[in-house]
Amino acid sequence: MSPTLTDANVVASDPADGLAALQRRGSTAETFGIPLAVLAELTHRCPLQCPYCSNPVELDRGGSELTTEEWKKVLSELAEIGVLQIHFSGGEPTARKDLVELVQHASDVGLYSNLITSAVLLSRERLAALANAGLSHVQISFQGNEPVVADRVAGFKGAHARKIEVAKWTRELDLPLTVNAVMHRQNLFQLPDIIQMAVDLDADRLEVANVQYYGWALKNRAALMPTLEQIEQTSRLVEEAQARLKGTLAIDYVVPDYYALRPKKCMGGWGRQFFNISPAGKILPCHAAESITGMEFESVRSNHSIAWIWQNSEAFNRYRGTGWMPEPCKSCEFREVDFGGCRCQAFALTGDAGNTDPACTLSPLHEQIFKLAEQEAAADHNRFIYRNFAGGTPEAEDDHGA
Amino acid sequence: MASPRHISVSEASRPVLPRHAKLRFDETRQVWVILAPERVLAPDEIAVEVLQLCDGLRSVADMVDQLAAKYAAERSAIATDVVAMLQDLADKGFLTEARERTS
Repeated sequence: MSPTLTDANVVASDPADGLAALQRRGSTAETFGIPLAVLAELTHRCPLQCPYCSNPVELDRGGSELTTEEWKKVLSELAEIGVLQIHFSGGEPTARKDLVELVQHASDVGLYSNLITSAVLLSRERLAALANAGLSHVQISFQGNEPVVADRVAGFKGAHARKIEVAKWTRELDLPLTVNAVMHRQNLFQLPDIIQMAVDLDADRLEVANVQYYGWALKNRAALMPTLEQIEQTSRLVEEAQARLKGTLAIDYVVPDYYALRPKKCMGGWGRQFFNISPAGKILPCHAAESITGMEFESVRSNHSIAWIWQNSEAFNRYRGTGWMPEPCKSCEFREVDFGGCRCQAFALTGDAGNTDPACTLSPLHEQIFKLAEQEAAADHNRFIYRNFAGGTPEAEDDHGA
Repeated sequence: MASPRHISVSEASRPVLPRHAKLRFDETRQVWVILAPERVLAPDEIAVEVLQLCDGLRSVADMVDQLAAKYAAERSAIATDVVAMLQDLADKGFLTEARERTS
């Protein structure tokens, strides 16, 4: 006998393939069983204004959000069709007054729940109520390791201190903690301190996530794009810390794909192992998919079941598998490794979501875009455009500390 | 209190899954899974059998005895495999130890 554990990772950006491990189907390209995990963006409302927010630039207004009863029905349906985990995210999910009720409902129907939060709205009482409702994991985003950089990036005074406090409560309540650190040119120098901060906060996991450049981050690319030297140093730092902290802190590392040779296997492949539900109830192949104009996404408010939308809707099938691919993807030996990269990035940078992601060196546009990124990083213009419902607000001249 | 880190699994350990690691049968896919933060682990049949014995009371030595008897296998080989699997799980943060009993 030799007992084994296969890591069927459900983190969309991870190369390990959850579905393949659990389902053992024939062809990778044809596999698109019901996802193991679903991201529920409960709201786009958020007290922070991070310039790299992964929400679409066109945010859903509060009035269009699904009601408590609608979300409960969605959670029940997800559990019924075989989803195992739910990530409550946003915007800021704790801005929903019914979050405890929704977490309790997730527990009641057997879903494992993760909370992805900025933490600034949480009181200790509310966090305890969430834990009692069955919340199993808390992920808190950090913008730096100290308030000067962190509060400026978040566009929210006092944010960093609140986060530290909530992170401590999380561990006092015996909930596992993931520190999510979104990295870019203006905070990469803090990475060693951020790693130490995660250890000091007794986090189980640290996500070192380089900004991905679409939506708000694309608007802010010139202010965020790291230099190649920074990235090389970061990769070394992460590797060293991963080895040093084995068994204490797991570190997941998301490389910025502008500096990669191969594009990322975005979402594990379009419509393959992940979907996202927007505040207004749209079922999306990824949280940025609405940035692709001209695509229609079905809603949980339609007459279709969630499973039907996942399996049959035009939006999910358009870029599913490998059949849609043009050259150079079509004949590429990596087509089932990265599925042509990111559709949203292809759309944002080439105007056609069906093109090869320019992050790939085989894309005819790669060289040009890589050069542009390098120039932007070198120019070092550091002023942000803050994320908000008004379509963004430029940082005041005297704020930016550069 | 936070769970202890850096657990070193030995035959004397009395391991248990922490609250945030849930061993469950997935009815849709007809497989056992461990649900953990942003992860789903797929233990094989024997790993499931070991994990079901991890109740925080039983020692690893007891588990090994039980499995060796059941499978009529060599005890030392089973001990090596079981400790390695549990250590792997502990390194990932999905296994903890029952606190020392004070009574």
